[in-house]
Amino acid sequence: MEPRNEATMQVLTNVADLDALRASLTGPQDDRPVVALCAGTGCRASGCMKVAEQFEKDLDDMGLTDKVRVVHTGCHGFCEQGPLVVFRLGKDQAVADADGNEHTNVFYPHVKPTRVRKLIEATIEQRHTVDQWLYREPKHNESVVAEQDIPFYKHQHRLVFDLNGQIDPTDIHDYIAKGGYQALAKVLGEQDPEGVIDQVTKSGLRGRGGGGFPTGKKWAECRSAPGSLKYVMCNADEGDPGAFMDRSVLEGNPHQVIEGMIIGSFAIDAHEGYIYVRDEYPLAVLHATIALEQAEKLGLLGDHILGSGHSFRIKVVRGGGAFVCGESTALMASLEGKMGEPRAKYVHTAREGLWGQPSNLNNVETWANIPLIINQGWEAFADLGTEGSKGTKIFSLVGKVQSTGLVEIPMGMSLREIVEDIGGGVATGTVKAVQTGGPSGGCIPEPLLDMPVDFDELTRVGSMMGSGGLIVMDRTTCMVDVARYFVEFLKGESCGKCVPCRSGLGLMHEILERICHGEGKLEDLDTLEEVGQWMSKTSLCALGTSAPNPVLSTLKYFRNEYEAHITEHRCPAGVCQALITYRVVAENCTGCGLCVRVCPTQALKGAPKEVPTLDPDTCIRCGACMEACRFDAIVRE
Amino acid sequence: MTNATNAMTKTGAGTGQDVDRSEVEPIVAAFQGRQGAIIPLLQEIQRRFGYVPKTAVDVISEKMGVYPVELYGILTFYAQFYLEPRGKHTIKVCQGTACYIMGGKLLLDQLEEDLQVHDGETTEDGQFTLETVACLGCCGMAPVMMVDGDFYGSVKTNILDSILEHYREQDKQ
Repeated sequence: MEPRNEATMQVLTNVADLDALRASLTGPQDDRPVVALCAGTGCRASGCMKVAEQFEKDLDDMGLTDKVRVVHTGCHGFCEQGPLVVFRLGKDQAVADADGNEHTNVFYPHVKPTRVRKLIEATIEQRHTVDQWLYREPKHNESVVAEQDIPFYKHQHRLVFDLNGQIDPTDIHDYIAKGGYQALAKVLGEQDPEGVIDQVTKSGLRGRGGGGFPTGKKWAECRSAPGSLKYVMCNADEGDPGAFMDRSVLEGNPHQVIEGMIIGSFAIDAHEGYIYVRDEYPLAVLHATIALEQAEKLGLLGDHILGSGHSFRIKVVRGGGAFVCGESTALMASLEGKMGEPRAKYVHTAREGLWGQPSNLNNVETWANIPLIINQGWEAFADLGTEGSKGTKIFSLVGKVQSTGLVEIPMGMSLREIVEDIGGGVATGTVKAVQTGGPSGGCIPEPLLDMPVDFDELTRVGSMMGSGGLIVMDRTTCMVDVARYFVEFLKGESCGKCVPCRSGLGLMHEILERICHGEGKLEDLDTLEEVGQWMSKTSLCALGTSAPNPVLSTLKYFRNEYEAHITEHRCPAGVCQALITYRVVAENCTGCGLCVRVCPTQALKGAPKEVPTLDPDTCIRCGACMEACRFDAIVRE
Repeated sequence: MTNATNAMTKTGAGTGQDVDRSEVEPIVAAFQGRQGAIIPLLQEIQRRFGYVPKTAVDVISEKMGVYPVELYGILTFYAQFYLEPRGKHTIKVCQGTACYIMGGKLLLDQLEEDLQVHDGETTEDGQFTLETVACLGCCGMAPVMMVDGDFYGSVKTNILDSILEHYREQDKQ
């Protein structure tokens, strides 16, 4: 992959060179209308690359190739609406909507290749919106033209994510044109390492990977550790199921992460760095690799960066696919080529980490915050958020909510605002719980949704920030099954080194399986609590100490659901297969025969035009019939 | 972790068809003397052969001075390594939290039924290997699955047939 202008890939020997390059990139050609086409992993799954080809072809056919700039951007965050296309227009290129109002930003969801031609004609030639293809917000079913007016985006505060929808992540020039590497130039040109650490400390930035450790403090410890060989690492081993903000940031704006790392290396005095990224994120691996190559070509990585005395290099390492490797000591063991087993942290990794040397590990989102703090000043960063949690945080809002995707909000916003205002609430009416913090987080019940979201509040109610997954659950989600699901996951991912985690999870899983099968006893609930408390106190690493959270939090807030499984042999949400039955409702049935055809075990029998009969003994309760039925004639009980 | 462990207990480590030493040696040579080279080297071996053959483990052990038991420790620790040859196409069904809540388990059940294999196994005709993955990072489009490098979002059980057919057709051409 080559940047748009190979001629400007000369080594930048000082800050003035960087400024000159930036000036040359923001010339008159940038007045063209921009088609920002999301090419993140989510939109690729919806077929955006076919849309991209169609844009290229149609623009060429219409002779507009040089007059319109198509940018394949990173993830815009609103994945379920993909493929997404946003037209960004100059004031003199504005388009009119049905009411005659003018717009310079037009957002089209679910774009298909067959719609491309008409979109170009309408926007570029006829200067109006195509109303039937605009986004319709689910609450009032009204169409919205501009991206920033869509409720999903309107209530967000996008700082880290700001450039994701604007720049081409495979072209360093795009990042530089938007002010990229300015923070690095400022640091290398005017500041000393202690001053940088001081700003990060004062900003109040805490690690975005889950632990919430103050970043400035971590850096200061690593800087003061004895040793001339130090390492700086980026944790992109986003193993939390349900969270994908690190993938999107690294995929959509890799240079911001790299710039943060270079600044960090200067502050800590490290000369080698690693980005440890999940192998399941092929696009993130590719974009990080391209970004590193281009940064090296421009001399932003390597020896004497921008003519300063500082030298730094970064390598990309693909993770092996183990959840525990998100833990710092396990990640470092994995980088050394060993099994990713954590060790006790009597000595911090800031003193003895990778290969026994002082090491600093931060998460993708943490690194991406650094250039913002330097550019805008620590005061601006510290102005956002709550007492103990500053700045913004990206959450992945998913599950049974109307609008799913990545949302960036200032710390301290309430869970209810996130779910209702940004996510549009749940389709079935009411939220039952919101699960935060990944598999070892907790389930927060509906009555607590007005709490502000920050590190300390989430911990106080028995959950945690984790890396920022927010999974919305409604009445069709069984809380016992959810706890069982998380414990099963963690049991598989426990490295097995310490007894509390290894045996505790095994025992919890066995008990939860039994309860889900209707074979539980009431005293099992006490055992679960006791085991959970011991695990939190005695496990070796954070995986083990936090692993009981999903069980303890659901027991605390949804004990009645556990009791229903045990004493009434009933799953109130209708999820646990051993405790549910299906029934045909004769009065709704039209005899279409669809359910008979989809039933994998022939448990449903019946001639066409007749109400089928269901044999409960052969039924495996897969629910395929209910999913297929268009007349609500199959119910689950 | 689980897949590799299953493969080991089921068939014995790294048995089955194997490769020639001469194919492995140049790959290993390129990594000798590098710090932290073992995992990237195993990744490279797997990229080349689709799995990590027993011969490769033996050669790495000799040339890099690591005991085979350490290598098998690594190979069975990480979910990404395979000790058995793989199907032509790999289907990864996401069982992350969002996918689980949105019906990812139904997809897995249906695929196991359709292909007559369990998680981690390969179909008899060698076409497909079915496996689960903790999260593919497309939670906004749950449930999600991935066939080779292609992502499929908001998948319903009734379109699985057409997805599989697409890859069968591709192979015929």
